Amino acid sequence: MISALHNIGSYFLLLARVFKKPDNYKLYWRQTVHEMVSLGLGSLGLIAIISLFMGAVVTLQTVSAINSPLIPLYTVGYATRQSFILELAPTVMCLILAGKIGSNISSEIGSMRITEQIDALEIMGINSASYLILPKIIAALFTIPIIIIYSMFLGIVGGWIVGAYSSMLSVSEYVYGIRWDFQLFHVVYALIKTLFFAFVITSVPSYYGYYTRGGALEIGKSSTKSVVYSSITILIINYILTQLLLI
Amino acid sequence: MIEVKNIRKSFGDNEILKDISITFKRGEINLVIGASGSGKSVLTKCIVGLHEVDSGTIFYDGREFTSMNFKDRKDIRSEIGMLFQGGALFDSLTVEENVRFPLEMYTKQSKEEMLDRVNFCLKRVNLENVNHLYPAEISGGMQKRVGIARAIALNPKYLFCDEPNSGLDPKTGIVIDNLIYDLTKEFDITTICVTHDMNSVMETGENIVFLHQGQKWWEGDKKSILKTDDDVLCDFVYSSRIMKKFKNL
Ligand SMILES: Nc1ncnc2c1ncn2[C@@H]1O[C@H](COP(=O)(O)OP(=O)(O)OP(=O)(O)O)[C@@H](O)[C@H]1O
Ligand SMILES: [Mg+2]
Repeated sequence: MISALHNIGSYFLLLARVFKKPDNYKLYWRQTVHEMVSLGLGSLGLIAIISLFMGAVVTLQTVSAINSPLIPLYTVGYATRQSFILELAPTVMCLILAGKIGSNISSEIGSMRITEQIDALEIMGINSASYLILPKIIAALFTIPIIIIYSMFLGIVGGWIVGAYSSMLSVSEYVYGIRWDFQLFHVVYALIKTLFFAFVITSVPSYYGYYTRGGALEIGKSSTKSVVYSSITILIINYILTQLLLI
Repeated sequence: MIEVKNIRKSFGDNEILKDISITFKRGEINLVIGASGSGKSVLTKCIVGLHEVDSGTIFYDGREFTSMNFKDRKDIRSEIGMLFQGGALFDSLTVEENVRFPLEMYTKQSKEEMLDRVNFCLKRVNLENVNHLYPAEISGGMQKRVGIARAIALNPKYLFCDEPNSGLDPKTGIVIDNLIYDLTKEFDITTICVTHDMNSVMETGENIVFLHQGQKWWEGDKKSILKTDDDVLCDFVYSSRIMKKFKNL
């Protein structure tokens, strides 16, 4: 418990250092663009595959669950859309990104720590916390919401493919379903969640990477810890935000 | 000139530096020698502020460093070049980008001026045609030399080298020692070199400080180190059998 409080405290102290005024805007900007490319483009393929398949599976499951003639088939499209927009795209995809991007960030920063590259930055008078972490956070806040919208879209496309190729559901019913009772606010809610998650996905692994001590083994441990704790944080924030925004 | 006065440093209960005072002279190579684990790296990291000292003061040409805030330290740090024990090159950047990095951070030079300076520094350490390779693609000795090139890019007033020739063959080691010596003389730098290599002590040692169990045990130059009667120091200097034979001659 004490160590948990200690970790939370030093996490916020680190963040205070991260959000100091940058030393050199040009270098920071270059770093941010670089991170946007590696965070964004690097994840598109994985997110596409997962979203298409999950969309298809959710659709199939809903179709097979509806066996009463009283429930119209367009509910299937509605259910797929709602589950993707509200939960699967923002929360589940961010959990997956927490694994992919998070372990990446923490091992990158961790190995810079143990090979003294962070010391080298400090010696040059650079605020290493800010230089290494701020560009990642900014890049994530811009790119991850775009990835999530892309995931919503592909998830719904995944369901549409089921409609097109299965005899249980027709495309027109599915399309009617995905357009039925559409509320823009649900997308806004998902994007608000995503912004919080994006912050967690980058800052928590950065924290564990930055305070890595020891050798190669510890890099692995930090990256495991960072995935575990960022996932838990995402789930807790998800609950709180849903309570605040939807209820 | 860097003056270190009565510094102490512990990690937990483990006292690494016990009341150390040393004066490092300008335009000379100041060697810090001692066995592995004697606290040499910790001492240099304390002097440059990577570790905070528990007590004591450090002066850079009269400027008191220990009580400064991050901003004021930054001015002094722009005058420090440091070569780390493991090189510490940025492994996502090429050799050229590594050496250019401090220039981009601190100067407003044009691309061409920076490139000139980078090539000048690389040439100074006898590296050519490696500009576009990554640190992982060059040998350990070359990495050390790139580390030196990066450390001198901004014309430092103070140069710290942590074991510049460890892991190198004796000949390349001497080349690097001489390089540091020449740079020190040419630009009148206050150079502090950590080493446990007797070759470099005999080659370039001007002021030598011997650390033992966290204390400054002995201080002198390369002539007096060979004539020392101090047992502990003798043990360090004449550690190999062949050297012992020399001593008894
Ligand atoms: N960050 C740290 N935390 C705790 N103890 C440390 C830390 N850094 C160094 N030490 C301890 O300080 C002692 C001196 O370490 P230091 O790295 O200064 O040795 P050294 O003289 O440079 O040795 P070498 O020649 O092998 O590099 C060691 O016992 C080490 O365990
Ligand atoms: Mg050392």
